[in-house]
Amino acid sequence: MARTTVGTGRPGALWAVPALGFFGLFALLPMAIVVYLSFTQWSGIGSPVFTGTDNWTKLAHDTQLMPSLRLTIGLTIVSWLLQTAICLPLGVWLAHHGRGRAVLAAVFFVPLLMSSAAIAILWGGLLDPNFGLASVVGPLIGVPDGNFIGDPDLVFWVVVAVVAWQFVPFHVLLYQGATRQVPGSLYEAARIDGAGRFRQFTAITVPQLKHTIITSSVLMLVGSMTYFEIILILTGGGPGTATRVLPLHMYIEGFQSFDMGYASVLAVLLLVLGTALSLFVTRATGFHRMDSQKEGL
Amino acid sequence: MRTPLFRGRRRALATVATAGALALALTACGSSGPSDTSADGGDRGSSTGDIWVITDASLNPVQEKSAETFATSGDVTFTVSNYANDPYKQKLQTAIGSPNQPDIFYNWGGGNLKQYVDAGQVADLTSAVDGDADFKSKLIPSVLDVGTIDGKIYGLPMQGVQPVMMYGNDDVLKKAGVDGMPATWDDLLADVKALKASGVTPIALAGSQSWTELMWLEYLLDRVGGSDKFAAIAAGDDGAWSDPAVIESLTMIQQLVDAGAFGTNYSAVGYDDQGTQALIAGGKAGLELMGSWEVSALNASFPDFAKSDSLVWGTFPTVDGGKGDPSAVVGNPSNFYSVTDGSKVKDGATQYLLDTLTSDEYVDGLLSIGQVPAITGLEEKVKTGDFAHFNAFTYQIVNDSSSFTQSWDQALDAATAQTMLTNLQKVFLGQMEPQEFADAMAK
Repeated sequence: MARTTVGTGRPGALWAVPALGFFGLFALLPMAIVVYLSFTQWSGIGSPVFTGTDNWTKLAHDTQLMPSLRLTIGLTIVSWLLQTAICLPLGVWLAHHGRGRAVLAAVFFVPLLMSSAAIAILWGGLLDPNFGLASVVGPLIGVPDGNFIGDPDLVFWVVVAVVAWQFVPFHVLLYQGATRQVPGSLYEAARIDGAGRFRQFTAITVPQLKHTIITSSVLMLVGSMTYFEIILILTGGGPGTATRVLPLHMYIEGFQSFDMGYASVLAVLLLVLGTALSLFVTRATGFHRMDSQKEGL
Repeated sequence: MRTPLFRGRRRALATVATAGALALALTACGSSGPSDTSADGGDRGSSTGDIWVITDASLNPVQEKSAETFATSGDVTFTVSNYANDPYKQKLQTAIGSPNQPDIFYNWGGGNLKQYVDAGQVADLTSAVDGDADFKSKLIPSVLDVGTIDGKIYGLPMQGVQPVMMYGNDDVLKKAGVDGMPATWDDLLADVKALKASGVTPIALAGSQSWTELMWLEYLLDRVGGSDKFAAIAAGDDGAWSDPAVIESLTMIQQLVDAGAFGTNYSAVGYDDQGTQALIAGGKAGLELMGSWEVSALNASFPDFAKSDSLVWGTFPTVDGGKGDPSAVVGNPSNFYSVTDGSKVKDGATQYLLDTLTSDEYVDGLLSIGQVPAITGLEEKVKTGDFAHFNAFTYQIVNDSSSFTQSWDQALDAATAQTMLTNLQKVFLGQMEPQEFADAMAK
């Protein structure tokens, strides 16, 4: 092993064994089992019964599938746009030093310390239409009865906002760290050339953050696509099916209807969609080439 | 440094990593571990067994005490493990039939129990119960029915009866000029009008949890069409969901919603976070339909209100021209203990149930925490504690009931129950018409 290290200048394959072992056991194996379960009927009791493609044909008759898929795509795109629009400028701003910013940075990161369940319960309390903050704020912004999470039209935006509240701190942290990696000499040169702050942001900061933007976007896109815990606790997919996104639909089919076979079909669908999405993003952006942003420096 | 190999590897790794995150999300729905309390002290039985129950701070000590008592006389020392409600259902679902299954498990009877029976995992207790005439005579028949599947006894009632009934805040009712609880459907509609005019929400409803909405349909169908109608649905009869009585009941629900009976923001109100209790206790709503646990729940959150004369209760209103028996009740007849068929201590477990469930110690234990056991001959005994009056009322309506229909979401199989609750929520939201509901359920 020492020879390979010396020979290629990088660690041998043996080094990856513990991680690969973990990955195989906790990721690849469950994935294979889910694919197998999608061809069976299983309620959780006893052994799965092989039923061929029955579950897959059921997919075509599931009236909830398309609404759930639309919701998931909507949530993914809106979350990505909103969170990026907030995180990029905020992260860049926080990257510069200053006491005020340090204090604010500490405050912004509070949601990062909380579990999803705690966040959902906290917001559930705030959004109680009769006794929560919603009853106070609602009348001021055109919702006189404070009915935010009970209104099938409003509830989607509430979910978008709460999910953003949870994940913005993490992505701000990514951008803050990345911005600090940008060499100061670039800004000095730009200043000498007469570039203003906005020009510096668009011509230096954003291009230098390219890989961070892609990383953050992949996390946001794939994360939003598979996201469900806050929705489960906050709305349970309701009212009606107004927030039953695809992962929650899968959860409900699996753990409330105890139809593990069909839930596995939905899981495989999500697996394919998520993998395709992340492949597409890394391909389309040239991320997979791993180009350096600092060539020539 | 960028070799093709490196690049290919990195890409593959990124792909599997995202896929892995997905798979983890799928498998992350694990269950929380049990909190064990072993029945120690006294002479230990020669073998051991497990009893799985739902976490309930007041009930668990009673269950543990009974296991301790049995350990001193019986052959088996049972350990009581408790789990939170939703994780319990999932854990039980996967444990039954496995080597890790409990010997005695808590369940809801009806459709919930039937799926385990159909899988051949539950012990038939019929001959044991029939062999103990004294024990059998103490059980209320309409409650024992729910633990009986295809004529055989698989579950024995182990908890208080929980019929659904109407509650009211008398101060709010009086202020609106309403005298007492509504006796008929027309009274209810008139009360709704009067309460709305007085500026409160007429009926508190936790619409974000649709099982609270289901209670309305359960009672209305019983009053309109009689208890046979749901029996037909539970049996899976063709056309049972499309019965005119189902349509009429749902239309009556629409009528209530349209009259503003539940206010406008009910679909954002939760039950678990005391949303409706706060409305009733705080004088912001006049009436509520809820299970008999509501009084002890109110006592925990709003003791001043629960102990005051403002809290009033009554049976569900009768419907003019309805075919149902006005004495019929719906709700949770009880919860049940069943013995797993593969248990190594099947006889000991059965003996524990026969010795315990009607014993003075266990019955008194339930009464002491405000539960009314499904046991005959308790007319005098139930008049104890802070809510003697309420307990006596609960006991009386169950004892007098011609039928006790189990909550539909427990009586039906899980998949049907889930679809029904979602569709019913849509009816309450005005997104679905009664006929559409019937068509969707008939599929």
